[in-house]
Amino acid sequence: MRTVRGLHAVLKTKRFRLLYTEQAVRPNCMSVTATIPNSRETDLIARIKAGDRALFYELIQPYQRSVYAAAFSVLGNPTDAEDAAQEAFLKALTHIGQFRAEAKFSTWLVQIALNEARLRIRKERKGLYSSMDEGAQDDEGEYFPIDYADWREIPSEALQRKELKEALQRAVQSLKPKYREVLVLRDIEHLNIAETAEALDITEAAVKTRLLRARLMMRDALAPGFDGSWSVGTPTYKKIRPF
Amino acid sequence: MPDDYSIFEIDCEHVILQISNYIDGEIDANLRARMEAHVRGCKHCSAILDGTNNTLRLLADGKTLELPPGFSERLRLRLAAHINHK
Repeated sequence: MRTVRGLHAVLKTKRFRLLYTEQAVRPNCMSVTATIPNSRETDLIARIKAGDRALFYELIQPYQRSVYAAAFSVLGNPTDAEDAAQEAFLKALTHIGQFRAEAKFSTWLVQIALNEARLRIRKERKGLYSSMDEGAQDDEGEYFPIDYADWREIPSEALQRKELKEALQRAVQSLKPKYREVLVLRDIEHLNIAETAEALDITEAAVKTRLLRARLMMRDALAPGFDGSWSVGTPTYKKIRPF
Repeated sequence: MPDDYSIFEIDCEHVILQISNYIDGEIDANLRARMEAHVRGCKHCSAILDGTNNTLRLLADGKTLELPPGFSERLRLRLAAHINHK
């Protein structure tokens, strides 16, 4: 519980807000794309297609985390995500001849990783994932955040960086795949709405709806209660006022 | 009159439903102004907006989903084996 209280303190402090400026939070495009110039990327792709396959590692180097994150967003655990991500890279190399210049290479890679991860889920659960994700139980847009009236100040020194990271990872892992996918692509990998929709093959409206719920659930998972609603040792928060 | 009226017509539920679009700049100027007016006077929505913004800042710092140690090297070796095998 110390972790949650410490995290709460960081979320609240003005210093934290200054450290994480809005500009840093919301770049307009994938952060990884700036790592390799487009002309160099185009040249690498052409040479690999022509047979110089040894260049593939250089080509995909900036996208390793994006592909891993995409696989993680579906699978929810690091070991399976690494397996799926590495397999996705092998498939990308095998099928690079099918990549068309009008597409964005990073998005193409992310789509392959998502497909590979979903394929694993289907194999392991024999279709359970599909029914869970796309079934009649459509709860999108019906989520309302827990009613925190105020932030309780906790000394910020209570928080250790490792604890914060672990709290974030637990919160991300606790989301259902369809919410985790949009959150990871949009808020961790910084794809824009259109890119997220394209990668997941859903509409932009669906991205926005899922994103709202994912963000509110993350906030509820990370921020402790107020007015005594949060207490040490209690895993859930008490709702103080009906919304 | 219309300005004041438009400010008061938005309620908490509407604010929450649009809070993600607000953060992303996906709403028009009128709705943004009405939401901001509401949030200024509503402790509940203000807490939700602040908490959500802070959560996104935490997510965006790149520490949430780091590559597992050794990932790149394992990938490089696997690709090399794959290329040499073909």
